Amino acid sequence: MDKEWEIRLGGTGGQGLITGGIILAEAAILDGKVAVQSQSYGPESRGGSSKAEVIISNDEIDYMKVKDADLLLVMSPEAAKKYKDEVKEDAIIIVDTTYVKDFEATKGKVYEVKISHLARHEAGRELVANIVALAVIVGVTNVVSRSALEQAVLSRIPKGTEELNKKAMAVGFKAIEEVLNAA
Amino acid sequence: MTVTDIKAKLMQGNQACAEGAIYAGINFYAGYPITPSTEIAEVLAERMPEEGGKFIQMEDEIASMAAIVGASLTGAKTMTATSGPGFSLKQENFGYGIVAETPCVVVNVQRLGPSTGGPTAPAQGDMMQARWGTHGDHPVIALCPSTVQECFDLTVKAFNLAEEFRTPVLLLLDEVIGHMRERVFVPQPGELEVVDRIKPEAGTQNYLAYQPVDSTLVPPMASFGDGYRFHVTGLLHDETGFPTNNSEVMGSLIERLHQKIERGREKIVIVEEIDIDDADVVIIAYGCVARSAQKAQKMARKKGQKVGILRLITVWPFPEEEVLRVAEKAKALIVPEMNRGQIKDVVQSAVVGKAEVYGIGNVDGEMVSPCQILAKIEEVL
Repeated sequence: MDKEWEIRLGGTGGQGLITGGIILAEAAILDGKVAVQSQSYGPESRGGSSKAEVIISNDEIDYMKVKDADLLLVMSPEAAKKYKDEVKEDAIIIVDTTYVKDFEATKGKVYEVKISHLARHEAGRELVANIVALAVIVGVTNVVSRSALEQAVLSRIPKGTEELNKKAMAVGFKAIEEVLNAA
Repeated sequence: MTVTDIKAKLMQGNQACAEGAIYAGINFYAGYPITPSTEIAEVLAERMPEEGGKFIQMEDEIASMAAIVGASLTGAKTMTATSGPGFSLKQENFGYGIVAETPCVVVNVQRLGPSTGGPTAPAQGDMMQARWGTHGDHPVIALCPSTVQECFDLTVKAFNLAEEFRTPVLLLLDEVIGHMRERVFVPQPGELEVVDRIKPEAGTQNYLAYQPVDSTLVPPMASFGDGYRFHVTGLLHDETGFPTNNSEVMGSLIERLHQKIERGREKIVIVEEIDIDDADVVIIAYGCVARSAQKAQKMARKKGQKVGILRLITVWPFPEEEVLRVAEKAKALIVPEMNRGQIKDVVQSAVVGKAEVYGIGNVDGEMVSPCQILAKIEEVL
């Protein structure tokens, strides 16, 4: 990875996207990279929608806000509508088709995964949808290494949930491999 | 991966500020939590008992400020943290701290005001309140971090300056810097300097708490309980600490309070200069907006525009000489900030007409963007 990644994770409150952003930034630092994670407290953070922004780079990061994302994850219809155009031409867009139906991108390459559904039925609890999503992101982009992701996840989660979260990562990696192989 | 990389930790600005305070040796914190500063209190509530310090959540901001001044008199290293509405309430006792010459650190994580304002959008609207919020003629020291690393390092620096100059020191964060997370290299013990206040020499007879003994004009400070008797008041006082109405004594106390900071200027005033030698336009920025300035400056250089940055790390006392030096070479200065030109006006008066000064003033809770700065560069070039 030698480009700078501007990443936006969008969904609704309670989907764990801020935590997801923190984990991604932490994993990048474990990989020896530079990362900045910020969150919005302005009016746009209200109305039940939730957004986390992370920038990962090999060099120092000046401006900490994401403008047009290189990578967008959307886990709610509102977030999909709000953020789908704020991406670069060659962006990677990951859509949780459990909640986002009929996603029509104007730019970027779209990967559709039933993230929340898989979290509930394959990993065991929808609570870990954010961890499934992180594995999907890493599966597509290699923005951080798999070992760093695992280490960062395990350092942020409550004790006693290690197996659940490891399973969530495995479910995410498997799901995205199937999507990539089918393409 | 180098050894230092392994020490890198992802931290939030407020958390780094709290950890910096621990590194500097804080042993008393009193506060009344308010967003966007709350994490400072949260982290210290957990960490201070581990480190043998005392954490008190007071009934309000006024009492918090009083508590850290009082605790400092007993020899403790003390801090409080707040945001705009709380900062207003602290002003009276902050001034007391200046006159009573008690070291302490006051953190203001700025949010959009005035009054209760726009919780919790970022702003830099308290720059002038930091300078003149408490009444009367007084000096003030205020530092302004632009990175999470600096939240750590400048908190240590703020404690050091407070101890060295026997005065309250302000640390002005903003919501963006306070809440963002980035990489911090946590220094090992001994890696950063930690300063403790000068106490009276052992065996001092007739100790006077407000009499300087050398050219620093900073009197050695005994702690309550050390065995010396002295009086502390917000009234103007003589070297014993007892109030006076003698105009000569009152005037010379105020002069000395200013002079001790003026004489320490080299230790206090810190700026960062980026590509200013050949610059036609220099951006003068501080806090979170300095990050937008850095991005804009790099983009402008790529276009062949000769743009530099003077980043104010110390905002008060104002780096007048540094700003004037830049103004003598550049054609135009741009001061982007998240207020209606509070620092721009000070720059304007410092450059005495030697360069044109332009402001960008966001007061809508949105960060000044690199694009806004680039557009202004185009306009002034």
